[in-house]
Amino acid sequence: MIIESGHFVLILSLLMAFLQSTVPMIGVHLRNNQLMAIAAPAAIIQFVLILGSFLALTYAYVVSDFSVINVTSNSHTAKPLLYKVSGVWGNHEGSMLLWALILSGYGAAIALFGGNLTPTLKVRVLGVQAMLGVGILAFILFTSNPFLRVFPAPENGSGLNPLLQDPGLAFHPPLLYLGYVGLSLTFSFAVAALIEGRVDAAWARWVRPWTLAAWGFLTGGIVLGSWWAYYELGWGGWWFWDPVENASFMPWLAATALLHSSIVSEKRDSLKSWTIFLAIVAFGLSLLGTFLVRSGVITSVHAFASDPTRGVFILLLLVVTIGGAFLLFAWRGPSLKTDGIFHPVSREGGLILNNFILTIAAASILLGTLYPLFVDVLELGKVSVGAPYFESVFVPMMIPMIVVMGIAPFLRWKRGDFNKTTNKLKVVGVISLIGGCFVWLIVDRSSALSSLGIALSIWLFSATFVELTSRIKLFQVPLKDSMRSIIRQPRASWGMTFAHMGLAIAVAGITASSTWKVESIQVMKFGDQVKVAGYTYTLKEVRKVQGPNYIATRGIFSVKKGDNFNVTLKPEKREYQTRTMVTTEAAIYSTFFGDLYAVVGDRDENSGGYITRIYFNPLVPWMWAGAILMVLGAAISLTDRRHRVGAPARSANIGTSQVIAK
Amino acid sequence: MMKRLAYFLPLVLLAILAAYFSAGLGRDPQTLDSVLINKKVPEFSLPPIRGFNAGLSNNDFLNKVVLVNIFGSWCVSCRIEHPFLMELKKKGVIPIYGINWREQNQDDGPRWLKKFGNPYSLIGDDPKSRGAIAFGVTGAPETFLVDQRGIVRLKHMGPITQQNWNDTLKPAIDKLRNR
Amino acid sequence: MKFLILSITLLLSSNFVHAVDPGEILKDSSLEIRARAISKDLRCVVCQNQSIDDSDAELARDLRILVRDRILEGDSDQAVIDYVVSRYGDFVLLNPPVKGVTFVLWFGPIVITLIGFICLILFFRRQKPLIQDLKKNNAEVKK
Repeated sequence: MIIESGHFVLILSLLMAFLQSTVPMIGVHLRNNQLMAIAAPAAIIQFVLILGSFLALTYAYVVSDFSVINVTSNSHTAKPLLYKVSGVWGNHEGSMLLWALILSGYGAAIALFGGNLTPTLKVRVLGVQAMLGVGILAFILFTSNPFLRVFPAPENGSGLNPLLQDPGLAFHPPLLYLGYVGLSLTFSFAVAALIEGRVDAAWARWVRPWTLAAWGFLTGGIVLGSWWAYYELGWGGWWFWDPVENASFMPWLAATALLHSSIVSEKRDSLKSWTIFLAIVAFGLSLLGTFLVRSGVITSVHAFASDPTRGVFILLLLVVTIGGAFLLFAWRGPSLKTDGIFHPVSREGGLILNNFILTIAAASILLGTLYPLFVDVLELGKVSVGAPYFESVFVPMMIPMIVVMGIAPFLRWKRGDFNKTTNKLKVVGVISLIGGCFVWLIVDRSSALSSLGIALSIWLFSATFVELTSRIKLFQVPLKDSMRSIIRQPRASWGMTFAHMGLAIAVAGITASSTWKVESIQVMKFGDQVKVAGYTYTLKEVRKVQGPNYIATRGIFSVKKGDNFNVTLKPEKREYQTRTMVTTEAAIYSTFFGDLYAVVGDRDENSGGYITRIYFNPLVPWMWAGAILMVLGAAISLTDRRHRVGAPARSANIGTSQVIAK
Repeated sequence: MMKRLAYFLPLVLLAILAAYFSAGLGRDPQTLDSVLINKKVPEFSLPPIRGFNAGLSNNDFLNKVVLVNIFGSWCVSCRIEHPFLMELKKKGVIPIYGINWREQNQDDGPRWLKKFGNPYSLIGDDPKSRGAIAFGVTGAPETFLVDQRGIVRLKHMGPITQQNWNDTLKPAIDKLRNR
Repeated sequence: MKFLILSITLLLSSNFVHAVDPGEILKDSSLEIRARAISKDLRCVVCQNQSIDDSDAELARDLRILVRDRILEGDSDQAVIDYVVSRYGDFVLLNPPVKGVTFVLWFGPIVITLIGFICLILFFRRQKPLIQDLKKNNAEVKK
């Protein structure tokens, strides 16, 4: 019964979405307030209905109702409860339901918290959001219905992929979707603005918190996926330029560009068409990612069961949604007036450069990801594009980007004072160069790129720090005044400081872990010792351990360094009963300077010992710390006063539109 | 005017992308076309499997049209295609050579053939994939069609069924024989 | 303590290995380093987004051994790669070669960057007269 109810409310939600996307918009056209007033309640009801549907499916998983095909394919009584629940979204149909839930959730959030939006804009945003809902819900109900039954119900399920039974992976999809789908809201804002025919500072201000939220979640989701790969896949890799990874990275790049471009639109009433364009593209890339994963068009280790019919539906969705938006853009775009003018060397100029680099980076990655498809369709053979290509294209682009990231926050709006800025940054520049040379001479002379990476990291971190100190006029005014000034700094600028510093730290981590990894592969018998990166590993023993649904071969390493350091690492190799799958669980110990990483492998029949792989992964914790700082920056920015207060009235001489302040 | 055109560009690019995607939906990105098509059978030499006298090498390929089938006892799809191969043998349609690929131990292959039947006139033992790599094999079963002059004419991936036999293999074989 | 270890400690300058078994490792470390470098550039045809160096697939293992055998027989790096490409096609190269079909791929980013640059310059060019106007207005106001 619960399943049927879940199915039923899902159908109702489709009807509600349809209602929400049509009637209120007609109301705007007819200037009928009553019709317009339907939008917000409809959005909330839609969300509640889909929530009910989602909970019904979750219930089926929790009680292991195997009469539901979806549960049978993806669950098993032996799964721990947490993974029964995460199994709900660990498959195509369930994950699409999560998609729809989050989509409607964002709509409901606008309905509840969008108090300071102009009524017509609010109705239009909710209307577009509902149109998206219609598309996704129709997709689910017609091609990917999770509520289909099977009779007779089998004894037990077959869904016990051990790789998915992991906390990191359990939360990776929800976080990622909160990001991906969050971009749907910025999309709705953009399309609503195009329909209104007006993009102004108020619009940019209203869009911003949602962009921040989507970006923050997307960052978190991507990093969580990388972290999972790092500890689960057994060899310390964390990014492979797999098409599906790229499919999440491209929206992230677009969202970052959007975040920065909307600052210019808000503060300077400029770059409006570009911001709208980015908002459409960012969501388009999200949809593209959905398409790539589920259609079978591109090979990937990530792909869900690929099904061309579903692929056709998603492609249609993509074309109608983004095509419609681009059509609107082509029609209405040219009439969006740009009035803020600025000198190339200015904060706007810096932000434009940022957008420029992020855009060409995203475009290049798109080219590389889709290239095999192009070549195949044109019958020119089969070509494959892997990590070496993406790295050689992406990394050089990031170099100027990071350099400019250090300079731009110093520049003023409209026209920056280049001389004043360079003076402050001279010291930072020198320090970075010294740092880079130090790395080159002392640590590693074989790779200039790695020294450059560290130099850039020092540059960005120090420049961001110096920017903060110069803003509070540290050492230029009495210390008390500086401290008072710190408290009064707007949260959005704290957000920038944290985020940029976080990136700097992450860059150091990425550089170090990619170039200076130490690896040791050998066969060890009990009592054997091996020295890796200054740490001495002794294999004490290997024993068999029983887990909830697996049997593990556990190796026990005692790791020592000098007199003070003594740690035990217990890597495992797990054999799961159903699905006859084997996973490696690496044992990781994080220090400030890097990770100690040990893996136990198969038994070597000849010697009676075990194959062991021991690594030292330098500065890896810095990557995760940097990422957390970036997400923190987004969160802090979100709490900025101006998001809650509403847009300000604007000065008269520039600007085609007045803004309604609340 | 230029500005207007620029604003239409995204739509045009999207249309082009969509065209590629819809064309791509019908295709399988994983299938690798063989680079061996229209080239001589590559050099290889495989010993016999246990219990047999003769192995398989590139010298066995003259003066007749043959099929080369990559199989293994571990391969489920090979089991599915096996009855069809036995039919071909029974009717004497075309000689089939076998490459017994990657068996865990030397008895697995012969035991499998004894249990289910042996459709092959010659079999090579390939525990280290040297034969498979020579043919550019990526999975099992795969079947190659070789003509009278020892030139590879066709590569078929996956099990041979009545359907794809009728559609692809038989016509190709007939064409070669009627030369 | 008796050490029965076949070990090799490498300072890797790019990616990482988990699939290589101690039994595959060549005794001569300079040859082994060559083998690893070649393996990292060859795509595993079974697990198609990994190199044969990374992949756990059986065929990947056999290809790794093949690469090492050929190195031991005296083949140059290019000869080894050519052999695998002659069997599997260009598809097996993770770094697509710069030739006809991949021309667009390799030059694409450069072209995109150039187009972007041109757009930027056009954008700032358009702003120039407006900035002049603004300066003139300000100057007039000041008078």
